[in-house]
Amino acid sequence: MNAFLANLDTLLLYVFAFCALVGAVLVVVLRQPMRVAMALISTMVFLGGIYGLLGVHFIAAFQVLIYVGAVMVFMVYTIMLLDVRDPAIKGRFSRLLVPGVIGGAIFLAALVHAVNALLGRSAATAASFTLQDFSVAFLNEYWLHFELTSVLLLAAVVAALAVIKGSSRHGGETGADRRG
Amino acid sequence: MAARREPIAVDKVQLLLSLAVAMFALGLVGVIVRRNVLVMLMCMELMLNGVNLSLVTFAQQLGSTVGAVLVFLIFVVATAEIAIAIPIVLLLVRRKRTLDLDAYSDLKG
Repeated sequence: MNAFLANLDTLLLYVFAFCALVGAVLVVVLRQPMRVAMALISTMVFLGGIYGLLGVHFIAAFQVLIYVGAVMVFMVYTIMLLDVRDPAIKGRFSRLLVPGVIGGAIFLAALVHAVNALLGRSAATAASFTLQDFSVAFLNEYWLHFELTSVLLLAAVVAALAVIKGSSRHGGETGADRRG
Repeated sequence: MAARREPIAVDKVQLLLSLAVAMFALGLVGVIVRRNVLVMLMCMELMLNGVNLSLVTFAQQLGSTVGAVLVFLIFVVATAEIAIAIPIVLLLVRRKRTLDLDAYSDLKG
């Protein structure tokens, strides 16, 4: 029992990794966009569990808060807003299915080869960092990047507003044309 | 939080990097082969998640904070990307009345 509890972390890591992989496969093969969104949410939650097991609890919290809480809720809202049973979509996959899968397999093989070569060379060198290390480094060394992200978010908000404004103006013109 | 942990074992690093690589490749295949625009966006999120997992794994293995900082920046970029992409998709759907990517082939340059 003690041995089991000692290896519980490893066991949970393998279980979470397997579930995340299953969710990732389901994202690619499922038909309904809502089910795809649910599979992606489950993958993200399991990834959050993996981050927690690795000891980076703050990244696990932000994974759930930002990805599941903000990004995927936005995505689910959009799916519900749009008509899901779109009659124009005849098949799940485009005609690039075969070349896409072949190219993806070649890409995967190349990445696995590169990662294995990397793992052969490097070994674990230092102890993992703490939240305090991260915070000090984040706001001392990377303060410029931190400030630039706020500029990026501001630009994103302005761009989203511009897209919506431009589309509504354009929609008004076409509506006027249709009336005329 | 205060106690420093040992670096993660090599077999766990291999497992996590394999998972990250598999997620990235699956996301790429999904972007190529799916026809629904929203599903393609979600496959892009899957790719970003794979990259995040590899960054966290390397950061924990090497004891460096750079990877964690980059993960936070990727969170911001993913949020901004979705905030821009969803209005564009809504705009396209309003014009073409469909989510099928083949209907947008007149956007080719």
